[in-house]
Amino acid sequence: MSWEPVIGLEVHVQLATRSKIFSGASTAFGAEPNAQACAVDLGLPGVLPVLNEDVVRMAIKFGLAIGAEINLDSIFDRKNYFYPDLPKGYQISQFQTPVVGRGSITVHLDDGTTREVGITRAHLEEDAGKSVHDMFPGQTGIDLNRTGTPLLEVVSEPDLRTAAEAAAYFRQMHTLVRYLKICDGNLAEGSMRCDANVSVRPAGSNDLGERTEIKNINSFRFVERAINFEIERHIDVLESGGTIERETRQYDPDRDETRPMRGKEESEDYRYFPDPDLLPLSIDQAFVDAIAADMPELPEARRSRYREAGLSDYDAGWLADDPDVATYFDAVLVQSGDAKQSANWVMGELAAHLNKAETDISAAPVTPDQLSQLIARVVDGTLSSKTAKTLFEALWQQEGEVDALIDSLGLAQMSDSGELERIVDEVLAANPGQLEELKSGKDKLLGFFVGQVMKATQGKANPQQVNELIRAKL
Amino acid sequence: MERHATLAELRRALDNGDLSAIELTRDYLTRIADDSTNAFINVDEEGALAAAAAADERLASGDGTPLTGLPLAHKDIFCTRGLATTCGSRMLENFVAPYDATVVARLKDAGVVNLGKTNMDEFAMGSSNENSYFGAVANPWRESHVPGGSSGGSAAAVAAGLTPAATGTDTGGSIRQPASFCGITGLKPTYGRVSRYGMVAFASSLDQGGPMAHNAEDVALLVSAMAGFDRRDSTSAEREDTPCSNGIPATPEKLRIGLPREYYHNLDIAAELDAVRASLENLGHTFVDVNLPHTEAAVPTYYVIAGAEASTNLSRFDGVRFGHRCENPESLEDLYDRSRSEGFGEEVKRRILTGTYALSVGYFDAYYLQAQKIRRLIANDFASAFEDVDVLLAPTAPGPAFERGALTKDPVAMYQQDIFTVPVSLAGLPALSMPCGFVDGLPVGAQLVAAPFQEELILGVARDYQNVTDWHTRTPEAAQ
Amino acid sequence: MADSIDIEHLARLARLSLSADATTRARGDLGNIIAMIDKMQAIDTSGVEPMANPLDATQRLRPDVVDEEPDRDALQAPAPETQDGYYLVPRVVE
Repeated sequence: MSWEPVIGLEVHVQLATRSKIFSGASTAFGAEPNAQACAVDLGLPGVLPVLNEDVVRMAIKFGLAIGAEINLDSIFDRKNYFYPDLPKGYQISQFQTPVVGRGSITVHLDDGTTREVGITRAHLEEDAGKSVHDMFPGQTGIDLNRTGTPLLEVVSEPDLRTAAEAAAYFRQMHTLVRYLKICDGNLAEGSMRCDANVSVRPAGSNDLGERTEIKNINSFRFVERAINFEIERHIDVLESGGTIERETRQYDPDRDETRPMRGKEESEDYRYFPDPDLLPLSIDQAFVDAIAADMPELPEARRSRYREAGLSDYDAGWLADDPDVATYFDAVLVQSGDAKQSANWVMGELAAHLNKAETDISAAPVTPDQLSQLIARVVDGTLSSKTAKTLFEALWQQEGEVDALIDSLGLAQMSDSGELERIVDEVLAANPGQLEELKSGKDKLLGFFVGQVMKATQGKANPQQVNELIRAKL
Repeated sequence: MERHATLAELRRALDNGDLSAIELTRDYLTRIADDSTNAFINVDEEGALAAAAAADERLASGDGTPLTGLPLAHKDIFCTRGLATTCGSRMLENFVAPYDATVVARLKDAGVVNLGKTNMDEFAMGSSNENSYFGAVANPWRESHVPGGSSGGSAAAVAAGLTPAATGTDTGGSIRQPASFCGITGLKPTYGRVSRYGMVAFASSLDQGGPMAHNAEDVALLVSAMAGFDRRDSTSAEREDTPCSNGIPATPEKLRIGLPREYYHNLDIAAELDAVRASLENLGHTFVDVNLPHTEAAVPTYYVIAGAEASTNLSRFDGVRFGHRCENPESLEDLYDRSRSEGFGEEVKRRILTGTYALSVGYFDAYYLQAQKIRRLIANDFASAFEDVDVLLAPTAPGPAFERGALTKDPVAMYQQDIFTVPVSLAGLPALSMPCGFVDGLPVGAQLVAAPFQEELILGVARDYQNVTDWHTRTPEAAQ
Repeated sequence: MADSIDIEHLARLARLSLSADATTRARGDLGNIIAMIDKMQAIDTSGVEPMANPLDATQRLRPDVVDEEPDRDALQAPAPETQDGYYLVPRVVE
């Protein structure tokens, strides 16, 4: 029997506000434990929540980007449960009426195809704190710094069919929220996490199988692995005559397996109801229109623009996926005017250097300005591909500006054919044996001589020109 | 100074130099030390004297406010920085808030001297002040009787002359009913008038702080300082006007005053209300009957909404970040279960369970949602009434204070005590209770209700009434 | 609906442990209270919008400004047990 997996993701996006969703405490990551939890975050008696305007703005921006309906009227509910990282004993979350309704997002798969994934809703809520289990013998430490960090929870339709699709969707979401500048996208710091709902059904069936939920996955790789493990587990259980229990599970990357989360067995009764400390959120259309008027270019539009500029699908995607890369690339492109050369340099030399130095493109020592000047010097024949790389290295080391470095390092190709001819003569004279062989028809030795000349000119000669000069000498 | 001096009288004495704020404060602290009603949970002698000294300096330098140097007590539900805030509960027995409630901060800024924190029903849940972990409060008029609740300590303290005024909170009548039982004047402002920040929450959509004092003038003076927009409270009304910022304005002539018919069945205080009516008619106002047809549904509706909100407002009391923690918890579950069970009293647990039930899967629509719909019907009843009349005159409570222990075994009978106050709370309207006579030797109150943000109107009517009557000047000592 | 009360379940949700006596008492009291609040069911509310807030006001928005500098020592002063800035609870198994 063949099985069809059905997967839906809930992606939790930490919104990049300065202050928390309901308090004026900072959202900065990495503070001392509880140093960024104010009275409101701690749920001390008598304190009250007040909604952060930018949180609403960011949610609407996201909604507009996925073509979703924006609910001008929405409600914040209390989701009631006890847990030490949840100080008030309830989480404020939009349950009944989310601010963002139905929309969709285009996901690009590795095989070059695309898939439209439905988004059921996106709602605002507050993040919980963190528990530390390994610091205090017999006790758990509670750090509430993260409490109240604004989250946008994006719930997809169960439209995904493979773990790879799910990972691609998660990546696409990562791209989008970074384009919108509503999230820093830092997965290691938990800025984006996802829960995966997984079920399988006999191929061709329209019914849904029982699902399990894998909680809190925070890397692209783990999404794919966790879901793959879970799909196979479901199939194994079903094929051996068992049934799948609805439960929440967690993924253990060390063992590459999922297992049930303890303490979650009791069927939950969250007793949702509208938070009486907050009033219904009512946005006017002008607020939405102002956000719409200020939308950045979205990833899909950028991809298309790059393709229209002559880049391959792969290159266009590679460059458009990361907004910082795309911004850098655009800055190079606008000056150099040569999409292909710009793409080659950004995806080649620059990417390799960044990778090696583990540096972010926004902190690259070579500016887009410099890179476009370098490309101009390649295009006008001043630099050979070899000297261009030497120049790039010098720029990377921040040794100076493009034209000054070409001069000081003597990187310009030899434009004086008399000088080059003299060097060719010298090389030929210095290798009489090989010259004889070449003359007798051993064409392979042509390469040897070109190489020798290039070496003697420290790469500044134009190899094409050298080739022609040698042939003329024969 | 006369034991039951009003704030206005004390103001004159301070301004004339007849006495200093320090002397005044010492006087009250001495009386509190002799209190036999258990009106206070915590007396802040040191803080009060320091504040009084500061007030004297401020008055000497001429930058005092109309409240500078006047003593007052806070209901122990308002957080006070550096001074315990217990909310009448074992749960918060040792809780010292690192912040002041907005109400406390505003009065402090005005130069008010806080004498201490008054007793109350635990988490403001009760109508008799018998639900306090720190003991029941006696009614100064007759110590065998309750002072009302939940702001029973505040009401008793004012009536007994232990403080000239106090703050209270009113969720379903907790300012008005004890004011009525203790023969003082208490105002529940419009929902949103007074910031709830730093006021331990009972039922968020109903809670409202307000002043309790001897007469309408004093209440007006206090509410002008307590009220005002607070950016820390999402439910705070963003308005330009502050009620009574220049005293109580003149009352418009020939008001139409409504008598809600549903409030006038089988009353123990019918004669007293008739007399109020006669007095107000003499002042030129006219009376008409009005209907508030959903009155009977108000108590059930109130107990569902208040219970539901309270059940989750009280979840934060879990023994982790503050408050009572049980000895040697074996596990997280044990920590929660025992800390909460030991920390909360019986009535609080009852309401948490009721609210939890109302919000549970399968019951939400039948209870909470239905209650919210009836709430609108009740609010609409009032809105239609106020199309026809300016003010409503009603009883505050069905009768005078009852005997201690009389209703403790029967929660439902106790809840019915709130029948005349909870509809107003559900509608969020301003209302006050003022003394209007005696039944069996105990004071009773009349309730005046107005449309939203019309505090000045009911305070004006009360002031006019108090100018022609002397019920508000009677004192327990004279009665005994 | 009063006869459908599962006191143990409610107590579990509310994290309250009640003695056998208290459970019996609570069952009786809650039965009476629920019988009282069931009187609401007689009211026809078809077509009535629920009222969450007495003034039908809407939510005000706060500018995104960091204006709280938490003083951890002061905020943790009321805490039953802390260490190295953490609140401590009995070991939680996840």
